[in-house]
Amino acid sequence: MTQAITPTCSRTTAATFTGLKCKECGAEYEAKAIHVCEECFGPLEVVYDYETLRRTVTRESIQAGPHSIWRYRAFLPVETDTPIDVGTGLTPLLQANRLARRLGLKRLYIKNDAVNMPSLSFKDRVVSVALTRARELGFTTVSCASTGNLANSTAAIAAHAGLECCVFIPSDLEAGKVLGTLIYAPTVMAVHGNYDQVNRLCSEVANTHGWGFVNINLRPYYSEGSKTLGYEVAEQLGWQLPDHIVAPLASGSLFTKIYKGFQEFVKVGLVDEKPVRFSGAQAEGCSPIAQAFREGRDFIAPVKPNTIAKSIAIGNPADGIYAVDIAKKTNGNIESVTDQEIIEGIKLLAETEGIFTETAGGTTIAVLKKLVEAGKINPDETTVAYITGNGLKTQEAVQGYIGETLTIEPKLDSFERAWERAQTLERLEWQEVTV
Amino acid sequence: MSIKVLIPTPLQKFTRDQATIDGEGSNILELLDSLEKDFPGIKARLCDDQGELRRFINFYVNSEDIRFLDGKNTALNSGDEVSIVPAVAGG
Repeated sequence: MTQAITPTCSRTTAATFTGLKCKECGAEYEAKAIHVCEECFGPLEVVYDYETLRRTVTRESIQAGPHSIWRYRAFLPVETDTPIDVGTGLTPLLQANRLARRLGLKRLYIKNDAVNMPSLSFKDRVVSVALTRARELGFTTVSCASTGNLANSTAAIAAHAGLECCVFIPSDLEAGKVLGTLIYAPTVMAVHGNYDQVNRLCSEVANTHGWGFVNINLRPYYSEGSKTLGYEVAEQLGWQLPDHIVAPLASGSLFTKIYKGFQEFVKVGLVDEKPVRFSGAQAEGCSPIAQAFREGRDFIAPVKPNTIAKSIAIGNPADGIYAVDIAKKTNGNIESVTDQEIIEGIKLLAETEGIFTETAGGTTIAVLKKLVEAGKINPDETTVAYITGNGLKTQEAVQGYIGETLTIEPKLDSFERAWERAQTLERLEWQEVTV
Repeated sequence: MSIKVLIPTPLQKFTRDQATIDGEGSNILELLDSLEKDFPGIKARLCDDQGELRRFINFYVNSEDIRFLDGKNTALNSGDEVSIVPAVAGG
């Protein structure tokens, strides 16, 4: 049962984060709306007081918290006790027995953010955190560079929070992603260009407009929201870590933050330490991180995306090198799959588990399958595949690859004839597969 | 030979808070030298000790990433726009 979420008056307790620190050179900064180091341009990360967290946070205190990502508030970079809570997070962790059997695995779980709230993708996690922080920092207009899901989420949560919103997307996005943004009545800039060009433009706009760009000047706070995908899996597995995770790679941020989430839970004593293998999934038509991994490089050569998996089509991924590093040091893999395999992946997950995911999820399932077939996932490993978005938003991708309706008259004999025909077709398909 | 240069926020303290400045040069390396003359200290932020462009900064000439062109030797013409953008953004 879902509890009503009622806003209460704002009050503040001591924040558990102390500032920002450059991931590269270690330079420290105040927790303001900045995202790169002034010395070396490295990414800034939020610094927490883990000693206090270790003393004050317990499994019980988390479980007594809200039924949303905000049960992990102590690990998130906000000061308020009343964050923007629209029921984001705590999505199902489904034991996927039918898919596991099909692939030859024994313990497979799907973390299903296709049903995340309010906009049906994992982006609701990062946006809930970013907009809560944006409000604390005094922004009245929020913005983002998006491949679609982020625009949906930013527009939706900004509407709820009463923030002005202007989002930037590539002009060739799927219809569902565009409509799913416009409905919240933000200003939508559809840019003639790919995501990397949109992102560059937004960085330029951020130089001169005093807006809170969730994935630019608010990025250190925003990206921390993805850690909740690590926390939730650990909690839902009964306070233990899995053996292997498979997640899609776009900028690489999600991947690195799931890793950070697991590490933090170990650090403060909420779960026992154990090795977790991290494997990443890319579409062949945009696989700069998979290429760097394959070639053993420590730098990313940017590419121009050409794939149906538009939500993860980032040719110039900001956290690519960090994703390569994590896959390497955890004995994981980064693999890419063709658009055809992505469509098959979407269908396989739908037909075996009743989950309709978008192209990013199809990529993840197709890579999962490829890794199992290559012997790179042990059947005995407890494996979690992260499904990050909903298939109803990318209907174009599967149109022409799925069955059709049988149109009949409202008469019994019309139904009987159609049913007979359907059975025959099914037998024929079955014969085709087995012959 | 004037090149329009877009300056990211973290470097605007070198450019007296200007987001757009004019520079000169027939390629990216020459442009950086011209910027250094006008705004001392800026080049060391853009290049490492070996004189290579820092890996967390992207350069674009007329909206194209110079890694798809000739890198730091990418030719510039009068009227071109060079955008300097921190690499860590988006996603």
